[in-house]
Amino acid sequence: MDPILLSRLQFGFTTIYHWMFVPLTLGLVWYVAFFQTRYYQTGDETWRKMTKFWGKLFLINFAIGVVTGIIQEFQFGMNWSEYSRYVGDIIGAPLAIETLMAFFLESTFLGIWIFGEGRVSPKVHLVSIWLAAIGSTFSALWILLANGFMQAPPANSFIFNPDNGRLELVNFFALIGNLKGWIFFWHTISDGVAMAAFLILAVSAYHLARKQNLEFFKLSFNVAAVSGLVAGGMIFLGGHTMGQYMAEAQPMKLAAIEAIWETEQPASFSLLTIGDLTGKQEIWSFRIPYAMSFLACNNFTCEVKGVNELQAKYEQQFGLGDYIPLMVVTYWTFRIMMTFGMVMILITAFFVWTIMRGDITKAWWMKWVPWLLALPYLANASGWILTEMGRQPWIIYGLLRVEDAVSPNLTPTDLLISLIGYIVIYSALAGSMVYLMKKYAIAGPDAAMHESVDVAPAIVGSQD
Amino acid sequence: MSYESLQILWFVLIAVLWIGFYFLEGFDFGVGMLLPFLGKKDEERRAIINTIGPVWDGNEVWLLTAGGATFAAFPHWYASMFSGFYLAMFLLLIGLIMRGISFEYRSKDAAPAWRQRFDWMIAIGSFISALLLGAIFANLARGVPINENMMFTGNLFTLFNPYGLLGGFTTVAVFLLHGANFLALKLEGELRERVNLFAKKLWLGASALYLILGGFTYASGFWARGIIDPGIVPISAVAALLVAGIFINKKMEGWAFILVALNIVLTQATFFSMTFPNLMLSTTDPAYSLTIYNASASQYALGVTSISALIFIPLILAYQGWTYYMFRQRISTDKKTLVY
Repeated sequence: MDPILLSRLQFGFTTIYHWMFVPLTLGLVWYVAFFQTRYYQTGDETWRKMTKFWGKLFLINFAIGVVTGIIQEFQFGMNWSEYSRYVGDIIGAPLAIETLMAFFLESTFLGIWIFGEGRVSPKVHLVSIWLAAIGSTFSALWILLANGFMQAPPANSFIFNPDNGRLELVNFFALIGNLKGWIFFWHTISDGVAMAAFLILAVSAYHLARKQNLEFFKLSFNVAAVSGLVAGGMIFLGGHTMGQYMAEAQPMKLAAIEAIWETEQPASFSLLTIGDLTGKQEIWSFRIPYAMSFLACNNFTCEVKGVNELQAKYEQQFGLGDYIPLMVVTYWTFRIMMTFGMVMILITAFFVWTIMRGDITKAWWMKWVPWLLALPYLANASGWILTEMGRQPWIIYGLLRVEDAVSPNLTPTDLLISLIGYIVIYSALAGSMVYLMKKYAIAGPDAAMHESVDVAPAIVGSQD
Repeated sequence: MSYESLQILWFVLIAVLWIGFYFLEGFDFGVGMLLPFLGKKDEERRAIINTIGPVWDGNEVWLLTAGGATFAAFPHWYASMFSGFYLAMFLLLIGLIMRGISFEYRSKDAAPAWRQRFDWMIAIGSFISALLLGAIFANLARGVPINENMMFTGNLFTLFNPYGLLGGFTTVAVFLLHGANFLALKLEGELRERVNLFAKKLWLGASALYLILGGFTYASGFWARGIIDPGIVPISAVAALLVAGIFINKKMEGWAFILVALNIVLTQATFFSMTFPNLMLSTTDPAYSLTIYNASASQYALGVTSISALIFIPLILAYQGWTYYMFRQRISTDKKTLVY
């Protein structure tokens, strides 16, 4: 088998998996910090229970992010050594700063938060969850600034050094001032908040539908519905802004998302396009006129370049080759992400409207709400597949191709061993995690009040 | 700062990160490996895990930071080592995952089979991680096949040569002893007595392996290839480990812990001074070796990361130190006080 394909499969698998858990961590930690702050301010026992219950689910999820994150840090060197050599001078800095500034803060203070209750003062205990939340958020910022460079390298941040044949950092502030990275950050954090909101909505709805702990879950549901709606709006704004940056920095990705073969002015938005099996030819399409111009540049008449024109231009610029991403993937992942994102906004808006009208505990649809938890996960994974596959064949846009980035010494056997190994262990992790999440989510807030489950034997059937 | 002094600074910082990681995570690995053998009853095992519960994750970040700093400061070192030692790194990662998840999940379900499974995963994961770290460092000391393009040309079995394995098992033995000493300081009652007995036996094994490794390193001339004379550092490392035996016998737990910790710190310091200015010594041709000069990032990039390191490292040391102070009391097997 082809080592490049195996390396890509492995990176895709480990990264998508890691990103199934991390956005929830990024969002849920702020909810826990908020609940604990309310408890600190009011002394109200419900807020304390909310801190404990949602905190427990947060920790079960957090553990997976931690252990799968180590691979993320190491696999640039392991599988993409030529990438690391070519761009380490630039990408290394945000990654090193991420560990120094974010990981230490997050892990140390989370340790204090888990073990410190009763040992440190309530104020220090509260501060420790806030510091953990700030640490998590900073880690997202630094890694997304690194990703921002790979998507749209700011021209004034680096030079090509002909003596050693690599890129070198010349302006750190241009690197961290990369707006593309900041918009990714905005989009990702709001996505995390929305995902956490949907988790809270799903679990709360499960209990509300069964009329258990009504006060507790009503409050949780209300907080999540309102914040989920706000986060949905933020995701939308971030996504819309990203479209315009993309038109400027990655026109090919935009064209591939929209299945625009020929340059159009004004450009239409494809509601449904059927291509041939290679994903490179259009067979049939239904389009909304002007809409694409609006998405790309905020007015209804601008020009959006087509795939064919861009391909010709890139061949002139970079030499012969295929510069078109796998369109069937970019096209559909975008639609899944966008549709599910919109549905999430509409649903949370509906929830807020229902809350304002009266008693949500009587809603007949409550028992169906837990299923909605799939929406943010599918939207999130689709969004990342789109972002990363839409950049093909580039690993660093316009500068380094994926095929030139891979570690040249790895054999297909090496890669098969590691890929299969990761799949096996990650599946086992997912199994344990889902089992625990379900168990604690269903057991409810009273079980979570205990530090360890076996002091609540009635719920988990402890033997001792 | 001149380019060369930045390169030296980063060599030293990365050495400090690895030394910090070995010192801190060393006892975590030891505690992990001892867990199923030392803890007979469930609450005993929980007490053992709780001794490192609040800190293990923060300790592991030292490894992540060493990795991130290597990437930023010496991209070629990061690229050659991580891709070259691919399967060893893969196994190390698997070990770390098994162990990390088990600490968090082990006590979240009461089924004995569940707990038993995670206890063994902690022990096996800790063992694999310690063994591979030791093998990796022994091979860095020994030198590995690297061609003119800074590319590793061996395979997994290249690392598992006798010297590499000796390094691996010595690391396992010293970490076991370090973990036992740490537990002696953190546990109480019967468990504390038991771990003191363990420490005596472990000291014998660790000292024997350590002396063989040291003798081999000296005899093979791996010693004399760098440009720095490590001076009394290596002999002090040996002395620290041997004297630790006296304190272990006298149950002077604090001193025993300090001396074995000192041994670990000085051994790593010896390694880094033996290597300098090489990062990865090539056995193919010494001219192909990666050094702090040919593997480093640009002067500007090193300057940027230096500033951030100088801001954050003192802060990290302060708050991590404070954590250990906060959780300084001994852990009992009283279930009400156990978190994990």
